[in-house]
Amino acid sequence: MLSILAQAASGWANLDEFLFIAMPYAVIVLFLFATIRRFIGDKFTYSSYSSQFLENKHQFYVAVPWHFGIISLFLGHLIGFLVPRGVLWWNQVPLRLYIIELGALIFAVSALFGLVNAVLRRVNNSRVRIVTSRMDFIIILMLLFQVLSGMYVAVFDRWGTNWFAGVLAPWLWSLFKLNPDISAVRDLPLSVKLHIVGAFLIFAVFPFTRLVHVLVVPITYLWRLPQQVIWNRKGRTPSQQQ
Amino acid sequence: MDVRAQVSMVFHLDKCIGCHTCSIACKNIWTDRRGTEYMWFNNVETKPGTGYPTQWENQDKYKGGWEVSGGTLRLKSTSKAKYLPNIFHNPTMPTMDDYYEPWTYRYQDLFNSPPGDDQPIARAVSMVTGEPMEIKAGPNWDDDLGGSPIYASNDVNLSAVTEQQRQQLNALERLVFFYFPRICNHCLNPACVASCPSGALYKRGEDGIVLINQKRCRAWRSCVSACPYKKSYYNWNTGKSEKCLLCYPRLETGQAPACFHSCVGRIRYLGVLLYDADRINEVAKLPQDKLIDGQRDLILDPFDPKVIEGAKKNGMTDEFIQFAQRSPVYKFVKVWKIALPPHLEFRTLPMLFYVPALLPVLGSTENDIYKSNTKPEDIFHKFNEMRVPMEYLANLFAAGDVNKMNYTLRKLMAVRVFKRAQTVGDIPMATALETLAQADTNEKEAEAIYRMTALPTFAQRFVIPPLAREVAIEAYKDPQEHKKEAGFGFTIEPKRGL
Ligand code: HEM
Ligand code: SF4
Ligand code: SF4
Repeated sequence: MLSILAQAASGWANLDEFLFIAMPYAVIVLFLFATIRRFIGDKFTYSSYSSQFLENKHQFYVAVPWHFGIISLFLGHLIGFLVPRGVLWWNQVPLRLYIIELGALIFAVSALFGLVNAVLRRVNNSRVRIVTSRMDFIIILMLLFQVLSGMYVAVFDRWGTNWFAGVLAPWLWSLFKLNPDISAVRDLPLSVKLHIVGAFLIFAVFPFTRLVHVLVVPITYLWRLPQQVIWNRKGRTPSQQQ
Repeated sequence: MDVRAQVSMVFHLDKCIGCHTCSIACKNIWTDRRGTEYMWFNNVETKPGTGYPTQWENQDKYKGGWEVSGGTLRLKSTSKAKYLPNIFHNPTMPTMDDYYEPWTYRYQDLFNSPPGDDQPIARAVSMVTGEPMEIKAGPNWDDDLGGSPIYASNDVNLSAVTEQQRQQLNALERLVFFYFPRICNHCLNPACVASCPSGALYKRGEDGIVLINQKRCRAWRSCVSACPYKKSYYNWNTGKSEKCLLCYPRLETGQAPACFHSCVGRIRYLGVLLYDADRINEVAKLPQDKLIDGQRDLILDPFDPKVIEGAKKNGMTDEFIQFAQRSPVYKFVKVWKIALPPHLEFRTLPMLFYVPALLPVLGSTENDIYKSNTKPEDIFHKFNEMRVPMEYLANLFAAGDVNKMNYTLRKLMAVRVFKRAQTVGDIPMATALETLAQADTNEKEAEAIYRMTALPTFAQRFVIPPLAREVAIEAYKDPQEHKKEAGFGFTIEPKRGL
């Protein structure tokens, strides 16, 4: 990887290599190292830092549309990455293509609405301002950029779902297989490149923001028993544990 | 039978003078940090009144506690289907405005103002934002009724009280109220624990104390909504919920919890109850009119050999069982049956019990002349004209069952009549004995109730079992080693993250 970095540094011609090979790897390493370190060393700070307690009404128009939008979009990207062929197959019929393109746009509008409200709420409400850190603003603005660039791509560089599956998924897979191939990515329009770089930058700052709450989403609640009893005394049978 | 121990509590409301010493003791130890200023793990409410947070008993609004639907017990506030949407925006969570915005004063202004014609003042500033604020509410805004019936009339326990009684209460309301100190009930079927998506809350096996693991809490806020007593609080600064810990570091070293220890009226009792954990769910599901008896049944007799055997099987030592046998809580709740749980209809099986306040009409005026009623028929007859209606007290402490409340109050009154006959002598002893019999009690029990109520020593009020955490640890680790590693919990300062 060091050699790749050195190569990348050798000139603007290699900027693509830096952005689409070196940076992704650097970001993945940083992401894993920093989130794990924070989880082990300072677990106390893994929290969503909800501010609903301080302000209840506007919070609804932040958290609900934002998460509805972003979680759907995130899952959409994940599907495009995991089963690109399935997406291409689905998109063969124009009507089906329009349905997911329109769906994605609706989710994006929802996310954008939530984010804009997040900024307004954090600026206008004096209580919420108190619990807003520098990193909160940075990450919200980065997410805002990400959603806006994504929407630009969706509207002006059609059809995103197709070339995500056709071009980006193979490139991402090539990164994962440690055999990076950026030939297709080189020719993408600037808007798409900005969207990709933005995504990796978000992953880079992720461990240092409240976004870590995404890693501790409590799915175990779906199957755990209602009551939890913990014993200090050793040697109890599992049934007694409950 | 799965015999478990619960460190349980009794508060004797007739002894509470409403001084808030308990609240202050607790605040000084546990909630004087940023983000916790508004929390009162221990608070003292005036009843009738709306309490803290406002109207916490109104579960149509807050959806706390459990309900039985289709034969199963369900949380009112959340479910496996609802918990995720609730995380983003919890529709029934109280906000700071339902409690109050904590404030302080700019005392420095008193010293630093330039000389002038006016007296300098210390302005109230919010402890959240630091900005000047107008104080509109506090944790005890309607303390001693706040001089007005406005708050009291919003008390949800008045629902069963007739319009006529309400009017009487209003006419007399400046004369009658009582205090209702509250801490976490360390419930047997805690709604807070069951609601937590992260599983951060848990009940300790050995003593039943309900705690929140601060490292697993992620600010999903479910417990705040689910606890019908609103005894789990959200720390807006650290992004963690916090609650009464029954001062376990004190209990583990043999000391009474701070609010108990400092109680001026000596209203508080603490001791172990043994109960059958296998039957918790079954009892919590009982129809409302069976709940009080059901919970009493759940509590086991610590002298019963079968119970002792079960207790030993679950690792309780002989010494521990002896403490359960001496527990004052056991006597109040199970033997004398004069301590009742608050709002058992919330179905969390609270383990803090209250001896209700006696607020009878002991006198009447005829032609402007005061006449006292000391004849038992008068006293018991006048029960129906109590200054606080029986229905009200029953709503609060007997899951709405007036008979249970009647039984309790009769017995408490009979003890008084008996002691009056004994010490003052203006009531014939024969009458007193008759009163005792009518109240399902006898001389011996009355004497015991009197002693435990009026003359208990520190050691009789607080029968703190040997929790022997160090022994439990010894079983798997060198305690010295453990002390080095674990200490009091945190090695990094627990402060808000990025
Ligand atoms: C199922 C997964 C998720 C859960 C359960 C969740 C939960 C939460 C909660 C409880 C809050 C606090 C809201 C409040 O103030 O009350 C929050 C805030 C936030 N979440 Fe999530 N989240 C999830 C996924 C995500 C994802 C995927 C992202 C973006 C990459 C994200 C970004 C944010 C941001 C930026 C905020 C701050 C909003 C504000 O300014 O108030 N979350 N999340
Ligand atoms: S009173 Fe509330 S916080 Fe305490 S154990 Fe019961 S449900 Fe939980
Ligand atoms: S037991 Fe301790 S933590 Fe709980 S209310 Fe009393 S003083 Fe506070």
